[in-house]
Amino acid sequence: MAEDQTHPVIEITDLSFAWRSQQPVLDIERFAVQAGERLFLHGPSGSGKSTLLGVLAGVLMANRGTITVLGQDLRRLSAARRDQFRSEHIGIIFQMFNLLPYLSLVDNVTLPCRFSKHRRARLGTDSAALDQEAKRLLERLRLPEEALSRRDVTELSVGQQQRVAAARALIGSPELVIADEPTSSLDADARGSFIDLLSEECAKAKTTLLFVSHDLSLAERFGRTVDLMEINRVPLDRKVA
Amino acid sequence: MSLGPILTLARKSLFNRRFTALLTVLAIALSVTLFIGVDKIRNGAREGFDRTISGTDLIVGARSGSINLLLYSVFRIGNATNNVSWESYERWAAHENVAWTIPISLGDSHRGYRVMGTTQAYFDHYLYGDKKPLELSQGKRFEDVFDAVLGADVARELGYELEREISVAHGIGATSFANHDDKPFTVVGILKKTGTPVDRTIHVSLKGIEAIHIGWESGTASPLARMVTADQVRDMPLKPKAITAFLVGLESRIAVLRLQRDINEYREEPLLAIIPGVALSQLWSVVGIAETALTAIAGFVVFTGLLGMLTTIMTSLNERRREMAILRSLGARPWHIFALLLSEGALLALIGSMVGVVLVYGGLAVAGPIIGAQSGIFLGALAPGFYDVAVIGVIVVASVVLGCIPAFRAYRNSLADGLTIRV
Repeated sequence: MAEDQTHPVIEITDLSFAWRSQQPVLDIERFAVQAGERLFLHGPSGSGKSTLLGVLAGVLMANRGTITVLGQDLRRLSAARRDQFRSEHIGIIFQMFNLLPYLSLVDNVTLPCRFSKHRRARLGTDSAALDQEAKRLLERLRLPEEALSRRDVTELSVGQQQRVAAARALIGSPELVIADEPTSSLDADARGSFIDLLSEECAKAKTTLLFVSHDLSLAERFGRTVDLMEINRVPLDRKVA
Repeated sequence: MSLGPILTLARKSLFNRRFTALLTVLAIALSVTLFIGVDKIRNGAREGFDRTISGTDLIVGARSGSINLLLYSVFRIGNATNNVSWESYERWAAHENVAWTIPISLGDSHRGYRVMGTTQAYFDHYLYGDKKPLELSQGKRFEDVFDAVLGADVARELGYELEREISVAHGIGATSFANHDDKPFTVVGILKKTGTPVDRTIHVSLKGIEAIHIGWESGTASPLARMVTADQVRDMPLKPKAITAFLVGLESRIAVLRLQRDINEYREEPLLAIIPGVALSQLWSVVGIAETALTAIAGFVVFTGLLGMLTTIMTSLNERRREMAILRSLGARPWHIFALLLSEGALLALIGSMVGVVLVYGGLAVAGPIIGAQSGIFLGALAPGFYDVAVIGVIVVASVVLGCIPAFRAYRNSLADGLTIRV
């Protein structure tokens, strides 16, 4: 790692976040993720994981500190610009229920390109190329042929749904993918293969991956592990879940 | 992001919940049908009434109410309470300012259609619509005592053709036990369609009316009635003793108020002269109260329909929180969430009110002729117009205003939830 001193994708200094006027739930002195890194962020529930991800994605606004993502200080951006920034540069995978039930499989995957001209432009302008890329990603993520032909995304298994969500996070090659407990509803076998496929695709697209989970057994699959309990100076028992 | 993808999402999201969406659309559609229907029937009835008579300056009948006289003399609705004596009629028909008169004698019917006794003047001077005269589509005017000229609907609905013999019933019910069947009439002419009560009238000469009532002076048939045959009647002096009313055309319209007053003050017999247009506007001012009430009710029904839509959207909000979180994670702004819900409401209202307008015109196309047949109220031309577009516009705007409530809730939810998916 020493010879690969790249620029940081995420850089947090002296962050403090509190809901309304309550006690802070996050107090982080320093946290950084380098470009191309695949980082495992470990934290039990209630440790402020979701709050931190909200701050990084620009949905929540820190009370204090500098949050720099891709060289952009999020606190200096307006709410609208932060939303725009998220759509251009960040792909997000949730624990479950990632898909919009009223859109087709391919439409779910290409949805980020409707919100971001930037990500769309990387794939060419015509919608055929967009669908093509969605299908390519789904194939790469080993979504079975029979699942691809399903019209209704709610008919997919949870594991298949998570792969579709991964394809959606990856389409248009955003610089950063944030995965929030994406494997906690999968069984052990599926977990491993999901993480491997996700890592592989991120590496290909030179996308930084921030993988968040309470399950420490997954840590071995990542380049580096950070424990949120260690960097967050707010003790667990002080926090509101 | 522009509004385009939001509209697509709103459309697909609605289609995904198509059953509830359909019910909402139906509720709005029916309320709009009621609202526009009330207005269409009102305007249609007015136009229908207004075009029934034109070019007639005065209608004169026995003294009663002016609306009553108008309704029974022109629209064949209701009955005369009294007659006008032939002497009075001749007196006013000979007045120096009077250009023409059309005497009419009502009181008999044939299978539910009113039989009207009149003179050749009816064909010469009666005008309807945009001052159009009556025209024959077949045959000729009545000449003989027992000739009859049918309105277009009578001929069509009863399937009558020329030369057909018809018997007249005493009174105006659809079925009558007192018949003038000993003296049948022969159809000699059929009028062209006018879209007025003329179409539902059987026209005979005043002499014909007189002829079938020989022996009926008491109101029922005396033995005399059957002893006099049709051929004998033709040789009798068939001078009417009374008529129901008469229409008057003047040499100059300037004299109309003067003549109206003179007739109303006629000492020999209590008469009533009305100006058709004035009587019609009196009728509308009476009906107007009911119309206003109906419009208000219909307005409330539309509002209820929109409230139903509001309820549907509100109840769907909680189960759609994760949908909102997904959209937020993709970079949708809270404002987009607001727009998404607002456009859903607007889309429901737009489809609902358009379906409503289609239902109105479809319904009237089917029901219009039935209403005309049963009530004698002929609905005028009913082309979709600016009013319908305006109603759709107002309803869509109202739905947008109401839709701000759930949209604002979703906006606040999405701000509070952020990327947290609440199930």
